[in-house]
Amino acid sequence: MGVDIRVENLNAWYGAVHTLHDVNLRIPANHATALIGPSGCGKSTFVRCLNRMHETNPAARAEGKVMMGDVDIFKDATPVEIRRRVGMVFQRPNPFPTMSIYDNVASGLKLNGFRNKRVLDEVVERSLRQAALWDEVKDDLKKKSGASISGGQQQRLCIARALAVDPEVLLMDEPASALDPVSTAKIEDLIFKLKSQYTIVIVTHNMQQAARVAENTGFFLMGKLVEFAATTKIFTNPSDKRTEDYITGRFG
Amino acid sequence: MIRIKFQQSLDELKERLLVMAGLVEQAIQRSTEAYSSRDAGLCELVRLSEPAINRMEREIDQLALDLLAMEQPMAVDLRFILAVIRINADLERVGDQAVNIAGRVVDLGTQPHVDLPVDIPRLALLAAAMVRKALQAFIEGDAEMAQAVLLLDDQVDDLNRDAFRSLGNLIKESPDLAPQALNALIISRNLERVGDHATNIAEDVIFWVRGADVRHHSMEAD
Repeated sequence: MGVDIRVENLNAWYGAVHTLHDVNLRIPANHATALIGPSGCGKSTFVRCLNRMHETNPAARAEGKVMMGDVDIFKDATPVEIRRRVGMVFQRPNPFPTMSIYDNVASGLKLNGFRNKRVLDEVVERSLRQAALWDEVKDDLKKKSGASISGGQQQRLCIARALAVDPEVLLMDEPASALDPVSTAKIEDLIFKLKSQYTIVIVTHNMQQAARVAENTGFFLMGKLVEFAATTKIFTNPSDKRTEDYITGRFG
Repeated sequence: MIRIKFQQSLDELKERLLVMAGLVEQAIQRSTEAYSSRDAGLCELVRLSEPAINRMEREIDQLALDLLAMEQPMAVDLRFILAVIRINADLERVGDQAVNIAGRVVDLGTQPHVDLPVDIPRLALLAAAMVRKALQAFIEGDAEMAQAVLLLDDQVDDLNRDAFRSLGNLIKESPDLAPQALNALIISRNLERVGDHATNIAEDVIFWVRGADVRHHSMEAD
C-alpha cells in the first residue's frame, strides 16, 4: 500500500544555486499528485529529493524533512533503502538494453539477492500484469531484449521494473512526454489503476494530463511551491494569480 | 507564451455576444414601447428580429464549443467561456420573451382600449435596466456591479405580484375585461422572466470574475 509523504521546509541546492525554497506539502497516500510548472521551476528536483536521487550529484545537497509514512528519509534510512520503497520512471524509457524483458523486470530483486526462480517468475508476471504489458510480451519474455519493444511498451516495462521491488511510492517524471497519444492513454490508465496500491507523484508539462490523472496538483515556480490544491480547484479557480497566469498560458 | 490567437478568439466571442445582446435589448425596448403606443409595426419588427437572434445564439455556441475543443482553456478562460455559453442561452430566452410580449400587444390592439390597473412601463423599465446593468457588468468584468443587479430582482418580482393581484381583482369585478387583463398579466409575467434572466447573467458574471457560484443562494439559505 502507498504511504503519506510529508515534506517540511525542504530546500535544495546545485552548487551555489538554490533550486528549492522551503517547500511544504503533504502528498496523500494512494492518490495521484501532479506537479506542474515551467522548465527549471524545481519540480524535477523536488521528486528527485523524494528518493534521494538529488544527492547523487556531488555538487547537490538537500535540507529539510521528508517523512515517508513514519520514516524520515534523510535520517532513518539509507538512499538504497529509500529507492527500494520509492520507484521512479523517467521521461525517456530506459530499459537495460542488453537484458531480456524478464531480466529487466527481475533486475531489482536479483540485485537484492533474490534467486528463487519460482518467486522471480511470480513477481515478473505480477509486475508485468500490473503494468498492463503481460499479454503483449508473455511469449517473448526471455527471447526479446528490453530495447526491442516499442517506446510505449518500454515505458510500461520500466513501470513493471519499478513495481517489481514492491515500492510504496511511484515517482513519474514526465512519463508520457515521449510517447504517442495511444501509449500516453495506456500510461494514464495505468496511473488510475495503480494509485489504489501506490502513492503516485507525476511531474508533467502536459496540464491536460495533470487534470486527467491527478486528484491534487502543485504548481512550482522559481523553486517555490506557489500553490497546492485539489486539481479541480487549480484548473478552474486557482487562488494565486501566478498559477492562473501559467495555466492559462499568459506566461511560461 | 501569450496565446495571441486564443485571446483574439475570446475577444471575438465577447464581441459577438454583445452584438446579440444589442439585438435582444432592442427587441425588449420595442415590445414595451409597442405596449404603450399599441404600435403593431413595432411588434412586427420584434417578431422579425427573432430568427437573427436565434442564428447568433447558434453561432456563439459553436464558437465557444470550438474554443473548448481546440484550446482546452483553463481557470479564468474556462469560466469565461462557460459564462458566455450560459449568458447566450439567457439572452436568447429574453428575445423569446420580447416576442411573447409583442404577440400580446398585437392581441391587445384588437380589443377595446381600457385603462388597466398595472404599471407595465415601470416594470419594463426596471427589467430592461437589469438586463443593461448585467451586460455592463459583463463588458467591464465587474462582479460588484453584477451583485447590484441581483438586488433589483426583488423589485421586479414585487411589481409582478402587484400586477397579478390587481388584474385578478379586475377580472373578478369586471369579467368582460378579462381578455385585456389576461394579456397584461402575461406581459407582466414575461417581464418578470426578463428580470430572472438578467439575474442569471449577473450570476454568470460573478462566476466568471470571482470563480464563485452564487446561483440559488436564497434556496440554500432556506
